Amino acid sequence: MHLVQVVARKGFSDPRARDALADLQAGGAGRIDQVEYVSCYLLEGELTPESLEEITRRLLADRVIEDSFLDTDPPQAAAADHSLIVLPKPGVMDPVALSLEGALADLGHSQVRARTGRRYLVRGACDSEVLLAAAKRVLMNEVVEEIQPGDEFPRTFPQTSGHVPRKTAVPLHGLDDDALRRLSKERVLSLNIAEMHAVRDFFDGIGRAPSDIELETIAQTWSEHCKHKTLAGIILFRGERIDNLLKSTIFRATREIDRDDCLSIFVDNAGVIRFDEERAICMKVETHNHPSAIEPCGGAGTGIGGVIRDIMGTGLGARPILNTDVFCFGPPDLPDEKLPKGTLHPKRIMKGVVEGVRDYGNRMGIPTANGALYFDERYVGNPLVFCGTVGIMPADMVEKAARPGDLVLVAGGRTGRDGIHGVTFASVELNEESEMMDAGAVQIGNPIEEKKVLDAQLRARDERLYTAVTDCGGGGLSSAVGEMGEETGVRVDLDRIPLKYEGLSPLEIWISEAQERMIFAVPPEHEARMLEIFAEEGSEAVIIGEFTAYQRLTLCYEGEVVADLSMEFLHDGLPKLEREAVWVAPDLSEPEPRADRDHGESLLGILGALNVCSKEWVIRQYDHEVQGLTAVKPLVGVRHDGPGDAVVFSAEPGERRGIVVSCGMNPHYGDLDPYAMAAAAIDEAVRNTIAVGGRLERMAMLDNFSWGNTDKPDRLGALVLAAKAIYDVSKIYGTPFISGKDSLNNEYSTDEGTIVIPHTLLVSAMSVMDDITKAVTMDLKGPGNGLYLIGRTYDELGGSHLYLQDGEMGANVPRVRPEDAVATFTALSNAIAAGHVRSCHDLSEGGLGVAVAEMAYAGETGAAIDLAAVERAEGLSRDDAILFSESQSRFVVEVMPEHREDFEAALADIPFARIGETNDTDTLTVTGTSGEVILTRALADIREAHQATLRW
Amino acid sequence: MVKTLIIRTAGTNCDRETVHAFERAGSEADLVHLDRLIERPATLLDYRILVFPGGFSYGDDLGAGTIVASRLRTTLLPEIIALVERAGLVLGICNGFQILVKAGLLPAISGHGETGESTLTANDSNKFEDRWVTLEVVSDLSPFVRKGDVIRCPVAHAEGKFITKDEATLTHLEESGQVVFRYVGKSGGQNPAYPLNPNGSPNAIAGICDPTGRILGLMPHPERFIAPWHHPTWTRDGLAEEGDGLQMFRNAVEAVR
Repeated sequence: MHLVQVVARKGFSDPRARDALADLQAGGAGRIDQVEYVSCYLLEGELTPESLEEITRRLLADRVIEDSFLDTDPPQAAAADHSLIVLPKPGVMDPVALSLEGALADLGHSQVRARTGRRYLVRGACDSEVLLAAAKRVLMNEVVEEIQPGDEFPRTFPQTSGHVPRKTAVPLHGLDDDALRRLSKERVLSLNIAEMHAVRDFFDGIGRAPSDIELETIAQTWSEHCKHKTLAGIILFRGERIDNLLKSTIFRATREIDRDDCLSIFVDNAGVIRFDEERAICMKVETHNHPSAIEPCGGAGTGIGGVIRDIMGTGLGARPILNTDVFCFGPPDLPDEKLPKGTLHPKRIMKGVVEGVRDYGNRMGIPTANGALYFDERYVGNPLVFCGTVGIMPADMVEKAARPGDLVLVAGGRTGRDGIHGVTFASVELNEESEMMDAGAVQIGNPIEEKKVLDAQLRARDERLYTAVTDCGGGGLSSAVGEMGEETGVRVDLDRIPLKYEGLSPLEIWISEAQERMIFAVPPEHEARMLEIFAEEGSEAVIIGEFTAYQRLTLCYEGEVVADLSMEFLHDGLPKLEREAVWVAPDLSEPEPRADRDHGESLLGILGALNVCSKEWVIRQYDHEVQGLTAVKPLVGVRHDGPGDAVVFSAEPGERRGIVVSCGMNPHYGDLDPYAMAAAAIDEAVRNTIAVGGRLERMAMLDNFSWGNTDKPDRLGALVLAAKAIYDVSKIYGTPFISGKDSLNNEYSTDEGTIVIPHTLLVSAMSVMDDITKAVTMDLKGPGNGLYLIGRTYDELGGSHLYLQDGEMGANVPRVRPEDAVATFTALSNAIAAGHVRSCHDLSEGGLGVAVAEMAYAGETGAAIDLAAVERAEGLSRDDAILFSESQSRFVVEVMPEHREDFEAALADIPFARIGETNDTDTLTVTGTSGEVILTRALADIREAHQATLRW
Repeated sequence: MVKTLIIRTAGTNCDRETVHAFERAGSEADLVHLDRLIERPATLLDYRILVFPGGFSYGDDLGAGTIVASRLRTTLLPEIIALVERAGLVLGICNGFQILVKAGLLPAISGHGETGESTLTANDSNKFEDRWVTLEVVSDLSPFVRKGDVIRCPVAHAEGKFITKDEATLTHLEESGQVVFRYVGKSGGQNPAYPLNPNGSPNAIAGICDPTGRILGLMPHPERFIAPWHHPTWTRDGLAEEGDGLQMFRNAVEAVR
């Protein structure tokens, strides 16, 4: 066994060392003067000194800037006061070691095993215990890594346990409710008592006890994550008995809208709409909340990895062309003493989540180009991580079905003990012990493994070598194979599944959520070609069973049947949940108007608020241009720093036909009224797409509910109201929902009580755009143009960012008026399509004031507006209300003088007003209804206010 | 018709837009997995241009481009050198540039295959960043470009800081004309600070060539500015005829026609 240590040569600064120094100093490690970063590689196998020298020179050390040390300590170690060694825990995915083993094989050393780690050599008079504690907080994550003070790199490789339990019968006969509840909890089944009864009675009926695998399979299949028990169950609300909330609201609107460009709705891994004659596009947005709370980087990375696989597993497989990311965190400036026990600090979570999405998305070569950030203290124990992916596929590959006789093929990553119980874990409340207890539920991703599967899959798809595909996500093989074989039946030999290491029990193999795996149904005549293509791409693919005609799920391990369940019971035996829901409107009132308001200060305050401020720090870390498709990027304007409304991108390089993607969310309104909150989320997603030139009749929507514990009637009542809003608004907008996902237990229990997240509905919109060169952006284009406010302004400051600044809630939450909105959207779309619009921006948080300010600084063009001109509700005269009201379905538009007449004619039937002009002053000026100037601010100050908050 | 061979491997991800760029430039462009070329190195005889596009080959797990570079050194190096000797061209963009440097094909002052002259390392910002830059061509040595050309296009990398093993090597590269691209200010200002020089490369070096000029590597992505609507401010400035990046590909195809 050999240890190679690599360290930056004297005179070359290593930014990893620099960052570690800064993190340790900021993390309270005490007095530290210097940190050196050492990469460590442990190699086990027969290697000559010459081979070791070659390996080091070729693969491990960059000899221009680094020195390497074979089986000796670098001299820096002797000079250091402290040494800390960090390495992945045994069994945790170590992509670098895997890549190294591959590269060693290329050099003829195929038997050599590798392990990696890193070492921090610290100089300074700090206390070693204090240093160790700080290092645990800022340099590593104990969930997936271990840390050892000292100079000895652990010279061991994970050993396998000899004993593998095969199958255990779990007797249920005669168990009373207490015993059933205990069993559900002990085995992390997350099944309620009615469900446990159903299982017990089923096995009583067939006269035997379930095996452990059977019980786990049922638990996985019946999990909230897989079956949407709450939304599909029975809800009693205000005297109404709602049988399946999803079907009676969201699906129902989609069915009644009945648009013929909807090709696959709510049945597959993603919703699919037509792009043109030959092609279809699909989109899915997933949450990965609980894993991200515990291991932000790994949790978010596997979140994006998982939703990419959803797209690969839609129809016969789509090619991913865009990622989206929406995150909700506690405030990153939260004082440490307000941090609940057992949680990571929001800033650390945020940095880790961004890193995870960045590293996975960038490596997959998929642009991440649309998203949002939202902050609220109630997300502190339970952050939300939404990851979305858009894909494109041949329109004749939307359907799939495995047939009896087809072989089951698993491709991609090997199976290990990662992510056991991820699905059932997703369905429980977090608490202070979650961080340590549920390490097994967290996975670390390996994007290159997934990229290889994707490359191979698309070749196989185009040769039509398989009849069905799905991804291994939550629930692992259990869910993926179980769903694919639902109509036919399937038999799997668990001992044929490639393992990362020996010693896994059949149960662990079956429910592991190891990443980067896809399941294919392959007709026997295509087996050889299928295996050949995967081998050519360096992606492991193995036949593990076959689809049958017997409607049973049969699992074997080394010749023994370890599970044998009827598909009917597995998929339809779940008793319907019946739940009570209530909603008591909060007691709200409008605050007294403030006579002393400084409108300029309010504007700058809102621009710098976490939810409004520039997200450039995040956006730049994502490759938002790979694949050469984006035409309207997330950042626009003269300096490429203005917040664009939506991303517009071609389907293929050079193509003018394209796609618009946007999103909408405002959890804050939900505190006042969940119905209004949901309507506003839809409206915002629509506005963002309309603002860049998209159209209502080409738009499709996705919903993501992230909610508190819906066993509690008040949380569920809020959910019912939000779902009803989706029905009402989407029906009138004519924008069908095509896919969705819910995450319903986002609470964090502490000694002082439970922290419930705000009711959070994310709405994503995807639409087809015939000519992307007709797109407009939000930056003002130059002086001398007219500025228009489209839509009517109401006294709607309830839940607004103005009130948030003042520490008020208010009562008048913004309401969507759907019929008026449709007229506005349609007229504006026509004006944009006709080329009358020079720039356009939607009004959201901060209303008119924030919208005009952002447009002006992004375009480096001055603007003067007059609030007296604003088209508004009768009696509305307060300047602050006109300037900062968050009334829905509104836009600011810039029109050149030569288009004035045509533009105004196009908008004749909707409320709008010419509110001012652009100029060459470098300032924004606002005149109040009294005729006096109430705000004058330099564009430079506006830019600074918007960008300073998250300039990390 | 000129034939261009574009290499992909596990983790390559700028392959489709690179194929598109060469097709727009009038070349036939074939996308081939590195392993297939290693199996049949003679395939390279059919091509005039060889390209290593951007991406994260093997996840950049041992440093950007390291693993592919190691594989090239045990397999295809003689064939690639032979292509250059036949007056063929080799291009590496972003991860491809990192591969060419680590394989010793750039800057190759002491001969093709000599490693250790220079490297590409972590950006001064120590993070991945995607932003648009302005490049000036400062040498006539390479047939890919013409001195004085200005190209706007994005960078998207975490390891793009070009470092030579010593001062003398840097001076030699400057004097021999092997420094091809420099980051400049939007209106041509020399030696700009971050973010106009996005990674902190000394002398604002963005791309270099070998002593023959026929092997070229650069960190920025000209293949991402082919269509005029790729530019971040086309909605302000109007749609140009074509993107700035296309000319480089056209020059290459012309040079070997």
